[in-house]
Amino acid sequence: MAILNDRDRSAVQQELAKLTGPVKLVVFSQELIAGDLCRQNEALVREVAELSDAITVEVLNPAIDRERAAAYGVDQVPAIVVEGARDWGIRFYGIPMGYEFSNLIDAIIVASTGEPALSEATKASLQTLAADVEIKVFSTPT
Amino acid sequence: MRLAQHMSVASDRVRSTVIEATEFPELSRAYHVMGVPKVVINDRVQFEGAVPEAEFLGAVLKAVEAA
Repeated sequence: MAILNDRDRSAVQQELAKLTGPVKLVVFSQELIAGDLCRQNEALVREVAELSDAITVEVLNPAIDRERAAAYGVDQVPAIVVEGARDWGIRFYGIPMGYEFSNLIDAIIVASTGEPALSEATKASLQTLAADVEIKVFSTPT
Repeated sequence: MRLAQHMSVASDRVRSTVIEATEFPELSRAYHVMGVPKVVINDRVQFEGAVPEAEFLGAVLKAVEAA
């Protein structure tokens, strides 16, 4: 059964018209750890990818594709890496439903355009960072 | 929390992970998540709730300074 209804699909398709370059959604699934959640996550990602020719999907199993998982720094499932022309460092742990779904769509768009919606001052400040920054955002679907 | 994602694109130094709190109870417990959104930067600086861009940036800079 489809996760997105017709209205969702139409709204998402309209948003994805903003894509200016290819996006790859790298999905991490592991049946033995969280089979149901991983299947739902994968299904959602595939439904989104169907709405734009610019989006491709790759599914990896961290138990098998260990080197790739380590390179992406992914240590949980289900997970999604949102890549544009390159890996910007955008990850989702868990199924991005509800409020997080709009975050996923926004992440896909910014990964595609490579143009963050931030002030010039913020962008300039981020260019001067002297160390790596790892931001965790805990969220819920509602 | 879109700011984190946009900051990731703006800087090679920044990585952001959105974590669905109810699906990862152990992580949520480890980071004492009581309300969402909760933001944790470099395991050093944290805050709850949506904040303006300048305040978010301030937290990022503080986390780096604390290193």
